[in-house]
Amino acid sequence: MKERSGASSFLYDRVLPVTAVVTVIIMAWYGFAVLLNAQFERDQAARAGTEISNSQLVQNTLSQKRPVLPAPHQVANEIWKTTALKKITSKRSLVYHGWVTISSTLLGFVMGTGLGILLAVLIVHSNVLDKSLMPWIITSQTIPILAVAPMIIVVLNAVGVSGLLPKALISAYLSFFPVAVGMVKGLRSPDVMHLDLMRTYNSSQSQVFWKLRWPSAVPFLFTSMKVAVAISLVGAIVGELPTGAVAGLGARLLTGSYYGQTIQIWSALIAAAVLAAMLVMLVDLSARVVMGRMGMVR
Amino acid sequence: MNVGYLIAALVFWVVAWLANSWLVRLRPANAPAAQSINLLIPAIFGLTLIVLWEGITVGFNIPSVLLPAPSMIWARITSSIPILWADFYQTYMKAVLAGYAMGCASGFLAAVIIDRVPFLRKGLLPVGNLVAALPVVGIAPIMVMWFGFDWHSKAAVVVVMTFFPMLVNTVAGLAASGAMERDLMRTYASSYSQTLIKLRLPAAMPFIFNALKINSTLALIGAIVAEFFGTPIVGMGFRISTEVGRMNIDMVWAEIFVAALAGSLSYGLLALLERAVTFWHPSYRR
Repeated sequence: MKERSGASSFLYDRVLPVTAVVTVIIMAWYGFAVLLNAQFERDQAARAGTEISNSQLVQNTLSQKRPVLPAPHQVANEIWKTTALKKITSKRSLVYHGWVTISSTLLGFVMGTGLGILLAVLIVHSNVLDKSLMPWIITSQTIPILAVAPMIIVVLNAVGVSGLLPKALISAYLSFFPVAVGMVKGLRSPDVMHLDLMRTYNSSQSQVFWKLRWPSAVPFLFTSMKVAVAISLVGAIVGELPTGAVAGLGARLLTGSYYGQTIQIWSALIAAAVLAAMLVMLVDLSARVVMGRMGMVR
Repeated sequence: MNVGYLIAALVFWVVAWLANSWLVRLRPANAPAAQSINLLIPAIFGLTLIVLWEGITVGFNIPSVLLPAPSMIWARITSSIPILWADFYQTYMKAVLAGYAMGCASGFLAAVIIDRVPFLRKGLLPVGNLVAALPVVGIAPIMVMWFGFDWHSKAAVVVVMTFFPMLVNTVAGLAASGAMERDLMRTYASSYSQTLIKLRLPAAMPFIFNALKINSTLALIGAIVAEFFGTPIVGMGFRISTEVGRMNIDMVWAEIFVAALAGSLSYGLLALLERAVTFWHPSYRR
């Protein structure tokens, strides 16, 4: 393989292949949209007793009101209509629903990360907790936790706790596992030499923690935070399902599926995808800034 | 309030804590004893949690709508095994297994093909990494619309959910064999398929099993959440959402128990299989 210089290698190794793949995906999407929606149009034509020409068929399939698979431009149009053209406070605005979801995601993410770090610190410093708690933390990762979500929502609702907190609790519950596991690994990552050095300095346990263990755990923290933020978004969306579709992207999905509004489902889905990508990128960016300042550029 | 239960539970907690701290400090000479102690400690911890749970729910008279006691959940499990089995059969045996097999197999095949074409690898990997971080469960309502209420739609959700982790991990695994080993295969004049089967796939096995393990949990989650969007009147997700509505929280816990059991058993099975297949891996050496 030829070696290429910075900008052109970025173009050839990154931009070109990714654009090509994305273009193919969008073209396939259009193809499937025509294919899947065609049956409905043919039925319509047969019912009306008319023949439908192929070009007319394609045109119709891409502009149905409730298509089996909406075409990309329909979804884009819907997103544009529900974000830019509606007032942010309106119940029909995707920005409003996205905000509802993202606020519980972030609250849950912060709580989960805090809890995960706390548990990891306890586990690293207590032998008893390490041996008794760690196997359960790992086992609990094999359990489909999301199944608990509707119960938490409904039960907390019955006690009078509703709104942001129950959803955030689900997000926190989901996001604390990766953080706890990653941080245990991170806090144990300084090698014996460094720990011995700290011992020769006669440093206390808290000094070892703040000056050696914590800094060396930071890269692990950010890696697990990336997983955690993505999973807490999933938690928030699923948490919005059983509340009877009040607000949020999950509620948009549910009402969309109740009323067969496929375009609404797809636009909520794309919005969720964009949110997820933004959150992960945000964590990645802060990781870069923090680690750059700490002198740990990857 | 039932003080007796509460005090008993607290006493049990203290005793268990002391027992565990004593067990941790033991340094048994032979390996089997050490291993059984390592199993005993988490077992005692788990038992303590259940006893505390029982003590608190009975002691404070917490209404069962809020948090049923473990004994109540267990009674519910034993009395409704036929329902639980039917739900398990519908969700796990039909939707999860079919979707899991298809998703993992297609992800694996796609990875092998992508690996052959560098252009595809460069283009698809960033996209695959992005999709792996997306809330894929969101496609559940669409799949229910396309494939109907029965298990096919759940299997479809599971296929999409398991595809990308498998793809990303297998591609990473296929790159895991060292340049030296690949050079050696070249000096043997081995063909592409020989190198693939004899060197690169075995080297990729730890990665593939990692994906299989991740997917085993994801598949169960996908099938259960997809059932929230519409299902015939059987299935774990259906049962959870309807029994929550009827405030039969103990039934919900029973379903969660079954889900947890299924999740950890399949995980354990995969771990055993991994140990058998990748026996050469450093983490299993003694």
